[in-house]
Amino acid sequence: MPARRGRLIFWLAVGWIVVVGSAAIAADWLPLASPSDMDLLARRAGPSADHWLGADALGRDILSRLVFGARISLTVGLVAPLLGLVIGGTLGMLAGYFRGLFETLVVGGIDVLLAFPPLVLALAITTYLGQSVLNITITLGVLSIPALTRVARAATLTFAEREFVTAARALGASHGRILMRELLPNIALPLIAFFLLAVAVIIVVEGALSFLGLGVPPPAPSWGGMIAEGRDSLDTAPSIAFLPASTMFLTVLAFNMVGDRLRALTDPRPGAS
Amino acid sequence: MTGPALLVVEQLSVDLPTPRGRLRAVDEVDLELAAGHTLGIVGESGCGKTMLSRAILQLAPRRARLSGRVLFDGRDLTRLDAEALRRLRGRSIAVVFQDPMTSLNPVLTIGRQLSETMREHLAIDGSAAARRAVELLAEAGIPAPEQRLRQYPHQLSGGMRQRVAIAIALSCEPRLLIADEPTTALDVTIQAQILDLLARERQRRDMAMILITHDLGIAAGRTDEVAVMYAGRIVERAPTARLFKAMRMPYTEALLAAIPKLDAPPHTPLPAISGRPPDPTRPFPGCAFALRCRCCAERCAEQKPALTPADAYRHQYACWHPINPIGA
Repeated sequence: MPARRGRLIFWLAVGWIVVVGSAAIAADWLPLASPSDMDLLARRAGPSADHWLGADALGRDILSRLVFGARISLTVGLVAPLLGLVIGGTLGMLAGYFRGLFETLVVGGIDVLLAFPPLVLALAITTYLGQSVLNITITLGVLSIPALTRVARAATLTFAEREFVTAARALGASHGRILMRELLPNIALPLIAFFLLAVAVIIVVEGALSFLGLGVPPPAPSWGGMIAEGRDSLDTAPSIAFLPASTMFLTVLAFNMVGDRLRALTDPRPGAS
Repeated sequence: MTGPALLVVEQLSVDLPTPRGRLRAVDEVDLELAAGHTLGIVGESGCGKTMLSRAILQLAPRRARLSGRVLFDGRDLTRLDAEALRRLRGRSIAVVFQDPMTSLNPVLTIGRQLSETMREHLAIDGSAAARRAVELLAEAGIPAPEQRLRQYPHQLSGGMRQRVAIAIALSCEPRLLIADEPTTALDVTIQAQILDLLARERQRRDMAMILITHDLGIAAGRTDEVAVMYAGRIVERAPTARLFKAMRMPYTEALLAAIPKLDAPPHTPLPAISGRPPDPTRPFPGCAFALRCRCCAERCAEQKPALTPADAYRHQYACWHPINPIGA
């Protein structure tokens, strides 16, 4: 891909994330209909001056539900991987730096977590602790720990053997300083790149959980829930399902694009970007 | 030895566990270094020079086993706890590594790497550290030092990077500087400049220096004393002038002969040392150099020669059949 086109796509992706993100943040102040108010005369209506993107099977404004749904999808999609980034990143760095028994325990632990069927974990948590945004976020966050631990550990392993780490020790740096000042800046970019890919995955997973009825409880709008509700009217009003589906598609694509671009920038091999 | 010893290494050995058995990387090394003096440690690749320098700083790999004593200013470094060692490293003993490409952190600015060490050891604030960093870079011969502070290592040339590494090592006014092949990764034309810089700063600060190199020529002009290492042992040790006047160990002679000479006619074959050092995981009963030595006799393959006591010239060697008879 020519560099200029790659850059254009990168900025388009960043632009989309900014638009969706700021709409989600400012949802309360935007001149939008309430996402739960039903306009029974406009059920399955197409776009109009009242409902810019039409209304769903219960007459609720789709644009408004998309924007408020973005709140939940993005909150879960950002907070859950952030949880994984903090916990997994810390564990991975410590394991890669100190090695030994601690590393064995961490690697064993994440193998166990990886082997555990994620859907069963999600089912168990929603059954025993109830369906809420917090519980879903924690579930998905825990599920994202293993991957981020591995990325952090692999990156730390390669840098911990470099001479500048020995040099820092020879200059009297403490373990904490080596981890925070010498290693963290080096592994931050690959970690952030992977974090963005994780955001994309988690948004899809949250959608899938909502689609299965394990996600955010209705009437709160979420993209996956909207797709599920739109399924009933696919033949008469396909836009009810397709609009949230395309929004999710574009958002996930945008996060992947940004993540890929960052990963390519950190890849030292010539031509990789 | 003139003056009290700053650094005394006694019977220092480093053993590394390997899949093929224990590898003795450093074998019962004894050294002394007086304050303000320069000691050259010379030997071919893999002879244990670097491991010795790491062992002095207690920076040997975690799985390595150390024995012996390292006395710095009367304190035994092998018995110090991690915190005391950390305060000593960089403050009293500093190191310049071989390759400035890898010994500087690629994602931190020069200024940050310089001031970090000073703030750690000298308890000065950020702006004082920045002022000091500019002075240090200027002393290390770096033009436009203020601008360099904001630059990253990859924006500098190899020679400049090594000057930065030296500035960092000197930043806390160490009393001992260990320069581990400081010019090996650099262009030949830069080598002399870096060595001159090290010599000048060493003299100005009256600090002691250990100069590790594989090039006897480098050691010749810039050290007070030379220790020649082979297969983890010190095989010859003498004041520099004495060593070059009357070297006793055939290995030292072979090392010297392997340096290309400017006045040799073109296409003169370079005398190389044939063979390789013995496998360090399998102890050899005799002199480790026996199989490659031009004066090898029966006894050399059977008994390991010990380092002789220092003679009147403070010259020591470990050889059964020394060349250059006494008085030469």
